[in-house]
Amino acid sequence: MTYAEAIREALREEMRRDPRVFLMGEDIGIYGGAFGVTYGLIDEFGEERVRDTPISEAALAGCAIGAALTGMRPVAEFQFSDFMAIGMDQIVNQGAKLRFMFGGKAQVPVVFRAPLGSGTGAAAQHSQSLEAWFAHVPGLKVVLPSTPADVKGLLLSAIRDPNPVIFLEHKLLYRYKGPVPRGEWTIPIGQAEVKRPGKDLTIIALSIMVPRALAVAARLAEEGIEAEVVDPRTLRPLDEETLIASARKTGRVLIVHEAVLTGGFGGEIAARIASSEAFYYLDAPILRLGGAETPIPYNRTLERRATPQEEDIYQAARRLLQRRPL
Amino acid sequence: MSEAVPALSPEQMRCLLQTMYRIRAFEEKVDELFMRGEVHGTTHLSIGEEATAAAALQALRPDDYITSTHRGHGHCISKGADLKLMMAELLGKETGYCRGRGGSMHIADVASGNLGANGVVGGGIPIATGVGLSIKMQGLDRVCLCFFGDGAANEGTFHESINLAAIWDLPVIFLCENNQYGMSMSVRKATRCETIAQRAVAYGIPGERVDGNDVFAVYEAVSRAAARARSGQGPTLIEAVTYRYKGHSKSDQNRYRTRDEIRAWQERDPIKRLAAYLREHSLLTQEEIEREEAAAYQAIEEAYQFALASPEPDPDSLLEGVYA
Ligand SMILES: Cc1ncc(C[n+]2csc(CCOP(=O)(O)OP(=O)(O)O)c2C)c(N)n1
Repeated sequence: MTYAEAIREALREEMRRDPRVFLMGEDIGIYGGAFGVTYGLIDEFGEERVRDTPISEAALAGCAIGAALTGMRPVAEFQFSDFMAIGMDQIVNQGAKLRFMFGGKAQVPVVFRAPLGSGTGAAAQHSQSLEAWFAHVPGLKVVLPSTPADVKGLLLSAIRDPNPVIFLEHKLLYRYKGPVPRGEWTIPIGQAEVKRPGKDLTIIALSIMVPRALAVAARLAEEGIEAEVVDPRTLRPLDEETLIASARKTGRVLIVHEAVLTGGFGGEIAARIASSEAFYYLDAPILRLGGAETPIPYNRTLERRATPQEEDIYQAARRLLQRRPL
Repeated sequence: MSEAVPALSPEQMRCLLQTMYRIRAFEEKVDELFMRGEVHGTTHLSIGEEATAAAALQALRPDDYITSTHRGHGHCISKGADLKLMMAELLGKETGYCRGRGGSMHIADVASGNLGANGVVGGGIPIATGVGLSIKMQGLDRVCLCFFGDGAANEGTFHESINLAAIWDLPVIFLCENNQYGMSMSVRKATRCETIAQRAVAYGIPGERVDGNDVFAVYEAVSRAAARARSGQGPTLIEAVTYRYKGHSKSDQNRYRTRDEIRAWQERDPIKRLAAYLREHSLLTQEEIEREEAAAYQAIEEAYQFALASPEPDPDSLLEGVYA
């Protein structure tokens, strides 16, 4: 099953199970969404529960919040995560804060789904990775699934979560295939996963960087190096125990994400590891690999250069291994 | 006041008077506490605008929803809030509606359908639309009344939300309290439109402009809009023209308007107008009216004493309520 199909399956199963769940977003009905994720759901659930909205991102975000506040479980799709900027007030100043501002006497069980990332040639306004913006906000949960099984399990948990969840799907992952458990299958939000065990170094990878890191780990294995690949899966709340345990085990940490390095979430992960007791086990400084300090360019070569590719991760891993123990 | 005989019982009219006195008394007390430094942060008073809040809620049912604004004390009181819990919230006490986490600009009582004041101009408008959607999808016989100011009518959320509510026939009443200023910006400078209500044309819904200092006019307009909403015909935009006597907030030096302008509006004071009507129609005696007024100030004093005696939040509870 592909990643996109796994999302669809999660939506379908949860809509069947819970009549409060409904979808809203631009062109999600007959069109099936810009990436075809919701294709066909309107046939089963009708236009009441698979609700096409006008191109009005602030209203989309706020409307979902209002519905969540009063007994529904909306899943709102932004066509591209870049456009969440238009709904930002509703997400950050309203949805994330209402419960707290109301003294803990309300719940906002809403999911904001959106495709993120580059690699499709859509250039600067359709390709960003802005997850760190959201991870900075208490009251939100932020999830970046990297496999078909994860995306299903995490989406079911996100819909059932009583808090606003930002659910970011990488565009290039939509066509990735993988095994997905049928039926009831949930993954707790806030649980990292070791995608491949190893002892020589840890590669902490987010979203699309997970399959890339796994490919690098396979290549390193041929050279006799065992890389451990860890996927945090959720940025907020962050499962730092798993990350710290891996750092402590291997003593060498490479963090890879597509987002621009400055202010990127890798900085947060690095800081958490460096300020934990894993620090004493490090054989080399923590290395971060992130996007270039530029908006995503249109040109294919430049676009590739702007985000870490397999070769970049491989080279970074090599550099990290060459560092002498401190 | 409206020419037509209002469709309100004498008991409802007395209730309107009580509510308006309570709003005014509450806000005068808040003003005083602010001056004395007992309330911190900022606060926005709606003194002079009491008729819209009181009449709009009189036209709704207890289980209807509202979303409110930074100038929301009146909406909250009209929705039936406990004055003690409100005052405790303004004093930042644990016993307040939001356990002292919200303050003046974020008071909510979700249990009674008050979905909160809002510190972001125009921020509540999409939320109200979502509440309307929720009501409709659950097949409930409720409406959501969305308060906002003339300033908020120039936010993008206003346009997006009303359009959405219109295409989906949502049971939402968009009630613009046009007090004629967004901070210092006069509504005449902020838009080329003659009225806010005429914008309804752009969304294909009814728009109506009423005298916001006339409780009966507001009551009737909101009643009509509520009936429309409940019968599945969708949203209405109402513009209630009113005025705030006090500054925008505590920092306001009032440089953008004249004393004469304020005085002229004070002559059309909504509370005095209703009181005069009740006297002239022998519905209440002057003595009864004065008793209502005194009772309101008394209730506020009790609320203040309750708030004063209430405990502060425990610092160790700081992280409570962030996540469910
Ligand atoms: C988005 C946003 N911009 C600016 C402000 C600052 N601000 C608070 S109230 C206000 C005026 C709002 O005017 P209006 O909507 O007419 O309401 P009124 O204060 O007149 O009741 C402004 C500019 C804000 N809180 N939110």
